[in-house]
Amino acid sequence: MCLAVPGKVVSIEEEAGLGWRRGRVDFGGIEKEICLAYTPEAAVGDYVLVHVGFALSVVDADEAQKIFETLSEMERLGELEGGP
Amino acid sequence: MQEVNLSCPVPRAADVVLLAHGGGGKLTNQLIERIFLPAFACGPLAARHDGAALEVNGQRLAFTTDSYVVRPLVFPGGDIGDLAVNGTVNDLAMCGARPLYLSAGFILEEGLPLETLRRVVESMRAAAEKAGVQLVTGDTKVVDKGKGDGIFVNTAGIGVIEAGAQIGPAAVRAGDTILLSGDVGAHGVAILSVREGLEFAAPVESDTAPLWAPVEALLQAGVRVHCLRDLTRGGLASALNEIAAAGGVGMEISEGAVPVREAVRGACEILGLDPLYVANEGRFAAMVAAEDAGRALELLRGFPVCAGAARIGAVTDAHDGMVTLESRIGGRRVLDMLSGEQLPRIC
Amino acid sequence: MKFLDEYREPGAAGQLARAIRRTVRRPWTLMEVCGGQTHTIVKSGLMDLLPAEVSLVHGPGCPVCVTPVELIDKAIAIAARPETIFASFGDMLRVPGSTRSLLEVKAAGGDVRMVYSPLDALRLARANPAREVVFFAVGFETTAPANAMAVWQAEREGIRNFSMLVAHVLVPPAMEAILSAPNCGIHGFLAAGHVCAVMGWEEYEPISRRWHVPIVVTGFEPLDLLEGVQMALSQLESGRAEVENQYRRAVKREGNRPAQERIAEVFAIAPRKWRGIGEIPASGLRLRERYRAFDAEQRFAVEATAVAEAGECIAGLVLQGIRKPFECPAFATRCTPETPLGAPMVSSEGACAAYYLYGRHRHAGSESELPRTTRG
Repeated sequence: MCLAVPGKVVSIEEEAGLGWRRGRVDFGGIEKEICLAYTPEAAVGDYVLVHVGFALSVVDADEAQKIFETLSEMERLGELEGGP
Repeated sequence: MQEVNLSCPVPRAADVVLLAHGGGGKLTNQLIERIFLPAFACGPLAARHDGAALEVNGQRLAFTTDSYVVRPLVFPGGDIGDLAVNGTVNDLAMCGARPLYLSAGFILEEGLPLETLRRVVESMRAAAEKAGVQLVTGDTKVVDKGKGDGIFVNTAGIGVIEAGAQIGPAAVRAGDTILLSGDVGAHGVAILSVREGLEFAAPVESDTAPLWAPVEALLQAGVRVHCLRDLTRGGLASALNEIAAAGGVGMEISEGAVPVREAVRGACEILGLDPLYVANEGRFAAMVAAEDAGRALELLRGFPVCAGAARIGAVTDAHDGMVTLESRIGGRRVLDMLSGEQLPRIC
Repeated sequence: MKFLDEYREPGAAGQLARAIRRTVRRPWTLMEVCGGQTHTIVKSGLMDLLPAEVSLVHGPGCPVCVTPVELIDKAIAIAARPETIFASFGDMLRVPGSTRSLLEVKAAGGDVRMVYSPLDALRLARANPAREVVFFAVGFETTAPANAMAVWQAEREGIRNFSMLVAHVLVPPAMEAILSAPNCGIHGFLAAGHVCAVMGWEEYEPISRRWHVPIVVTGFEPLDLLEGVQMALSQLESGRAEVENQYRRAVKREGNRPAQERIAEVFAIAPRKWRGIGEIPASGLRLRERYRAFDAEQRFAVEATAVAEAGECIAGLVLQGIRKPFECPAFATRCTPETPLGAPMVSSEGACAAYYLYGRHRHAGSESELPRTTRG
């Protein structure tokens, strides 16, 4: 069961009653209330991966970029070598 | 009915009506094929099109009926009244017929606020005026509280066929271009947004709209329209599959070419739904002769309701009855018919 | 949508496909473990981009497929009781038990509700104090933190009318079971990215070493899967066997510690039966003593049905990657999603249903003979 969707943290509230942090997360225009208990480091503006109403990890934007840097590099090398 | 085997899941024929029978997918078609068609067998019914094309005293007429059981009754962009009028108007339009007269039968649940009824009726009045049709006859029944979802509406419609040639699955040819009149999934998401309490930055509104005007334009311009189908429950995928099966043709479409608006995509992503199977109420697919496709697209885009019209694929003589899709990354798969309702997934 | 769309870009996909073609010298068989990955592979037709030497086998990563019939029958028995509200994710509603599915229980008048989160089920319990709310807690480690939180919350608030039917399964023991099968032909694994976002990948290192297989923690978008395949093949071609992380933007080696802590607080490891494979020790989760009051199996005395696995269905061989779905004589003929003979044909992530729904155009017209290729 693995459908986790990335969304942007729009606001956070410490919810004394529940015992855990709750936040509003935006998924391409839809906002949902998400449990942030498992991502204590998540801040407003971060992207989190959300599965069944819970944020499971904060998306590392630098790492997210790396594959595209690798691909650009491959493209450049490919041109040097005369293509695949 | 196969014998029950107390181990792994077994082939099973359901012997009661399931909600899935109303989903617009395979089970709905099974119900039609196994129960309705055999009982009422006749030419127009066998054509398996949205409406029946009839000839009465030399005049070609289209006749259709539809029932509306939507919950919630009111949603962003409309209510059951809009659906009731536009849905039947569109079924007639899909036969190449100018919609003229509608009937409306209401089944009201005891306890329904009259204010709600007034609102729905006003929507129907406005929709009928916009579509250029008259509601000429009707009926009202009331059922006990708990026996109906507020309002059930059945509408029937009559129109005059203005298309020169027969429009329907039988007329579809290999090589035809498949056009889509606009972005998909908005109606289904609008409904879900109320049911599931999804909050949108800007609410997604149902795309419910009458479609005769753009169809009329295509016909008057002499575009060779072979088949038209408005997308309802079961979405684009179901509509294409039905035509492919009824017409004995194959279809190939391109996922990247199907327009979906951002908010609809977002909703589908988080619910685990595929926009190609989500309901619409103001969109149609058209199979037209390839040479006329460019002209048809230009004409459609002149109408606000079809501003997002796009060429999404072609009819083929490979894999009869099957619709295949080229994904965004260039792979190919079958775009199948659903069994019943599309269920959100978490996997 | 950010962090989704970029990973579906066709140009980049083509580049990765070319990189794979450059890497591959010999035939290799890889298994992706998670149903969500299977879903992407078949929906995007990813295999069309791979060279013929690469064979992708779909593992038992579909909780729907591996949940034992007995448990589904228990769910159905509980759901059919007038006092219960039975809440479940959509995935499980269509799966047939011995005689019927949860959807059919609903049709017969049972109060079966689809929810998107275990917290929704908890909300139902608060809102319906006179009813017994039971939640079907199916899934891999990915869903365990959410389910753990629901129980933890229920205990904290003193909610009495809430319980869970627990059917959690764990990935590493399943992987070992597959690797230890005598005719295992899997050379490398794409590990489930979101499972690892929770659990990290430390526990895969001994597996990789013991069996000398590359294990690449992989995401769920087309580019992720292509990069994961590329990394696994690269290892295989150079004789390496280690755990690598493709899903770097979401997964750390130690995983999510707060989530792991809550899981450990609420659940204990237990043996679990996997449909089609059999019982695998220490491969599931059960509620700890402290939370036993929330265990639906304890709360509702439900009989376990004695079931033997079926005749014609080769689910076990398919789930272990030993046979491909279209190598089954019943595939697409006697066994279809409408008339399933076994679990992998029921859920759209099940290997058999996935091939049937998305891949059967490759075999169109050849239903009367066995399909000719081993590549789908």
